[in-house]
Amino acid sequence: MSKPYSDPYLAGTGLGLTLLAAFALAGRGLGASGAFTSVAARFVDAPPLHRSDWLLFEIGGVFVGGFLSALAAGRFRLVLERAPRMALAFLGGAVMGLGAVLARGCTSGLALTGGALLSVGSWLFMIAAFAGAYLLAPLVKRAWR
Amino acid sequence: MITAIAIGIAFGWFLERAGLGNARKLAGQFYLTDLTVFKVMFSAIVTAMLGAFWLSRLGVLDLAAVYVPETYLLPQLAGGLLFGAGFVVAGLCPGTSCVAAATGRGDGALVMLGMFAGVLVTGLAFAPLAAFYESSAQGSLTFPQLLRVPYGVVVFGVVAIALSMFAAAERWERRAQ
Repeated sequence: MSKPYSDPYLAGTGLGLTLLAAFALAGRGLGASGAFTSVAARFVDAPPLHRSDWLLFEIGGVFVGGFLSALAAGRFRLVLERAPRMALAFLGGAVMGLGAVLARGCTSGLALTGGALLSVGSWLFMIAAFAGAYLLAPLVKRAWR
Repeated sequence: MITAIAIGIAFGWFLERAGLGNARKLAGQFYLTDLTVFKVMFSAIVTAMLGAFWLSRLGVLDLAAVYVPETYLLPQLAGGLLFGAGFVVAGLCPGTSCVAAATGRGDGALVMLGMFAGVLVTGLAFAPLAAFYESSAQGSLTFPQLLRVPYGVVVFGVVAIALSMFAAAERWERRAQ
């Protein structure tokens, strides 16, 4: 039997304290898309693709933390969705990859990190991302049934 | 390295706790049936922002030593729109796709693969995008600099907006039930 999810404000506060710890201990924020570009940089030499060992270790930690939390709550389960949903997952991921490279970050490195540091570009990215998602949402609603 | 791993573990833990390893839950944000994404994101931003502000006031944290993501107006506007469109199709963002994959979800693994493919292809076909990528650069521009108001005033404004939006989100979810 799996436990219900935590209160979103409580989990969000924990996430915020994690981000604050990154500011204080590492002088930088969180990241996710940067780990993907870091791996891609090993294969392709292009200006926006930077190597970052810090992000690779951090994203390794994200796997461990997510796994442990799911295990503790009885939520770890192998789930394969139907083929159309899986294809859309891949396609959406690829479009996010393009967007994250252009914007120089994603929800973690740009929106959360720069949001808390009051970066103008981060808030612009965040508002644009929500706008892009809401604009397309009605057209892909069927995929979520 | 230990710091990076420890911070990552906490990051993954809190995303999973909130239910953000579940694509259907994230998608609920874009159909306004479940506003967890908004609540988690903004309570995290407010917490870290207030913490950074007060710790620097108390002289514990040197804000000038923290890297502020740089602003490139047009690439971040266009990149944001594309990213959001990809997000609603995928149902997960890069960080949450890792949590989804780590908790056994196949769609998480596919979002990760897609993300990697997207980054790789963009890198390979980067030449025509290079000029746009470097355009409208503003450096590490922040709202206190842009609006020429004290840092604390912007912090207070963000808290006020976040609190009123949390209240609106709660009203909306109660009404929807």
